[in-house]
Formats: sequence, C-alpha cells, structure tokens
Amino acid sequence: MKKVITGNHAVSYGSMLARAEVVAAYPITPQTQIVEKISELCADGVMDAKFIKVESEHSAMAACIGASAAGARAFTATSAQGLALMDEMLHWAAHARLPVVLANINRSMAPPWTIWTDQNDTISRRDAGWIQFYCESNQEVTDSVIQAFKVAEQVELPAMLVLDSFYLSHTSEPVDLADIALVDKYLPKYQAKHDLDPAKGHPAYGALCNDEWYFELQIKMQWAMEKALDVIIAEDALFGEMFGRSYPVVEGYRADDAEYLVFVSSTIASTAKDAVDRARAEGIKAGSAKVRLLRPFPKPQIKAIARGKKRLGVIDRNLSYGSEGAFFTEIKSCLYSEPERPEVHGFIAGLGGRDVTVDTVYEMIKITASRSPETDINWQGAKLA
Amino acid sequence: MIEIRFHGRGGQGAASGCTVFADAAFRGGKRVQAFPMFGVERRGAPVASFVRISDADIRARHNIYTPDHVIVLSETLMDTVDCTDGIKPGGTITVNTAKSPEELGLKGDFKVYTVDATRISIEHGLGSITSPIVNTAMLGAAAKVTGQADIELLMQCIREAAPSKPEQNAAAAKDTFDAITP
Repeated sequence: MKKVITGNHAVSYGSMLARAEVVAAYPITPQTQIVEKISELCADGVMDAKFIKVESEHSAMAACIGASAAGARAFTATSAQGLALMDEMLHWAAHARLPVVLANINRSMAPPWTIWTDQNDTISRRDAGWIQFYCESNQEVTDSVIQAFKVAEQVELPAMLVLDSFYLSHTSEPVDLADIALVDKYLPKYQAKHDLDPAKGHPAYGALCNDEWYFELQIKMQWAMEKALDVIIAEDALFGEMFGRSYPVVEGYRADDAEYLVFVSSTIASTAKDAVDRARAEGIKAGSAKVRLLRPFPKPQIKAIARGKKRLGVIDRNLSYGSEGAFFTEIKSCLYSEPERPEVHGFIAGLGGRDVTVDTVYEMIKITASRSPETDINWQGAKLA
Repeated sequence: MIEIRFHGRGGQGAASGCTVFADAAFRGGKRVQAFPMFGVERRGAPVASFVRISDADIRARHNIYTPDHVIVLSETLMDTVDCTDGIKPGGTITVNTAKSPEELGLKGDFKVYTVDATRISIEHGLGSITSPIVNTAMLGAAAKVTGQADIELLMQCIREAAPSKPEQNAAAAKDTFDAITP
C-alpha cells in the first residue's frame, strides 16, 4: 500500500513492519516524529512492541542492549548530539555483538546550535563497529530498516541507517509499505544464539577479558564486517525478488560509458541524477555512483565502477578536520592497489544543511571533467573571502 | 514538473496543507514531494512550504527557488515577505484576501488571483473570526489555479487528514475551488 509519508514516519513504519519488540528512544529534533509515531502505534496496539521511555540517549541504547542481549529485536532512533551521547553504549552494542538497529537523522554537530543536515555525527562514529547504511529516499528508509535487521542478526553486529535531516526526515513522498505477512517471510522472528538466560547457562556477558583473547575477538568483529558486505548484497537480492525493490551497495547512474564519475551518498545521490542528465545534454560524458555503505566499505564495487574512468569526483557532506572528506579518503584508499589510478577530486558541500542543488552538483561534475585536482578539498557553495 | 510554494504563518497549517495537496495529486496518478521550509517554526512567524508534482520520478531534493505557483494564506504576509520572489514567467500567485487582484497592485510576469478564504472558512465554522483556519480552504483555490489536484480527491484527502470538522474543511475547499475562474 502506497502512502505519502515523511522520512521520519518511513522509519517508524519500517520498525513496525520489522516487528521490533523493544523500542527505547529519547526525542530530539529532527527525529521526534519517529518516536511520536512509534509510541502512537504501540499505544494503539498496531505495533506489538514494548516502548520504553528513557531519560537520555545513553539510556536508550543501554535499554536496547539489555533487550537485545535477552533475545528481543531492539530498535532506537536519534540524531547528532543524541548519537554522541550514546557513544559509549554504541561501542558496547558492537563489541557485545548485539544486532540492535538504530535510525540516525544526520544533523550537524553543535555548536553553533543547529538542526540542519550533514554527516559528521555518523562519520565520527565510523569506527564504533556498526554497519552504516546511507539512504536516498523515504522508500529506501523503510526498506533499509527491514534489511538492516536481517543483516545485523546474521552477522551479529548492530546496524544504523542514516537519513538527511529535513531533506528526508521532514519531506513527504509516496512510500510503498510492504505487506507485513511478506515481511515476516523475509525477516522471521529473531532467534538469539546466546540469549542472556541463566537457565540456559548464559548468565552474564561482558566480563573482564585480558590480553589472552581480546585481540582475537577484534579479528572476529572484522570478519563479521567483511561477511556483512556479502550478506547485505545477498539479502538485498532476496528483498528485490520478494518486494521488487533493490539497493545496490554502489549504484551507478549512466556510469557504464561515463568518462567522468562522481561518487555521492544520501539525498545528494538523488539530485545528482538530474545534474548528470544536464551534463550529458551539454556533451559531458558524466555519470554518478551512489555509495550506500560506509561500513562495511564496499571496496570491490568501488574499484569495479571506477575502472577505466578518466577522472573521478567525490562529494562529501562531511569533513574530517585536518584531513578531508570521509568518502574521499575511503575511495582513494581502495583505488591505491589498482593498476591504473584515475585522478580524484574531493568536494565538500552542504555542511550544516547548505542547500545542494542540481546546479551545485553540475558545477562539481564540470570541474571533475575539465581539470586535474589541485587540492584535496574543493569547497562548494561556501562563502569564502 | 510543477513547483508550488505556500506562504503562511507558523500554526496556520501551510506545511500540513502541502502534504494533503501532494497526497491528492498522488492519488490522481502524479509523483509528488512535499516539504516545509526547513527551520524552527514559531507561531505567527512567516513560514513557507513546498510541493513538487510531476509525471516522472522526482529526483531533485533541494529547496524550490523558482515556483510555478505561489499560494498566500494571509494577505498581511505581503507586507514583510516578497511572496512573488522567483515566480516563473507566466506563473501565478493566489492570495487570501477580500480585495480584487487589481487592488493588490502586484507587478510582474505572472497572473494574480484572489479569494476570500477567511470569510469562507468562518462561514464553515473553521476557527474563529480572530483566528480563522484557512489552510484547507486555500487548498481548493490551489487545486483550481494549478490544475494539479482533482477537487474530489482533494476533498477526500482533507476529510482524512482533518483533525476535526472533516466535512466543513472539505466544503471550504470546494467553495474556494468554485469561487476562482482561471
């Protein structure tokens, strides 16, 4: 059934369709509508979940960890400062190998106080051990909640899906809400392998571990992340068969015969298609490639789509202070082992919600097509003295 | 693609009105996208919200700067906000006022329509004389001027979305729809 809903409500309905059993969340702009809708769905009996009101985001994740350890499917949502306040528990969920799913609305970090979008809140959580999906549309948001649980529970790692504040969170568009009976077939009830249950001889987790085994546990997390890439691709393929919608980990648009390719993520990936069409109309052989994942990073797919291109561009709506854009670093890094390495432009655009229009992306495509990079950062759409 | 900008005041329901309008267009077979001016809304302060309607997929995800149509929920907004800013040549602006288009004195390459949505809303018991609720009435006017939403579908969407008085809200939209002759 298709309904015109906001990105926030796409998250709420996604958690309902995925049959989250415990939701613990604390409201924060621009995520508040997610929590309001879930609490309403629970109160109305439409969603059969325990909704736990908490006093902070740290407690929200702590409650999700407890619920997940006990064998329940646990979900939460937050944004920016809220994600930062969760940080200790984010690491705990990952190291405890708990498949908690979290929706984060990408909101810029304060100060100055702000509610508009960029990716620095999630980019700075890159190494917490969470799978990270970056979403382009409200449809992808709903579907990614369902897919995230399916993947997380197989590889025993938590997963977050990420969406731009306002450009998705508060934007209404048609979303096909899947038949819940079909979702049940795709995503059966969660069966924890080692649920916290003294009767089963699993009375406690997270005890002290000396240098005898900690290292090996980290390697297992890495293996789980590497496996996650294959699982994400396989589960997306199955999702495509069952629901008719698919989200490749790297999705090219007019990329096959392109000479110049720009890498994009989140809502900019959508706008970029119009910019690519304009560039093509003006005779520039351009294409775009949407990167859906930051972790695990889809290295083979990045290499494959970049192969044979004359020059690349990477558009980052984030900044690693003292270095460059995060996707720019990642993409250059995985191309280093390639026999032929195209030049790569690094663009930073849209920080703090600065609008990234078709014109803005077109400008970046033109720069990519017309000259070699001179610096690691091209600031796009910024007021520079 | 058709782009519409609504001007209103915080609390007037311009943003929720845009979603309802988009819903009606969607049920009529169009692709749609609706969003508020991204910001912190204060009751009474000028706000804007937006709708994109198209036969093809809508991929642009950024603000609207050159609308085809503008809908103004409150005439007093025109004192402080340039409601005609960026209207595409040959576009329209529709204002809630008791005045005629000529009396508004707007100059530019666009058509001006007026409708007394405040009077119509009060007649239907929507809000009060000091604080009328005009968003649903102005949706009827928007449907007529833009031609992007079928009035029956719009009335149905209004009935489903209205927190109270669904029939009165739908009837107000029908009255403004009938009051305007493009």
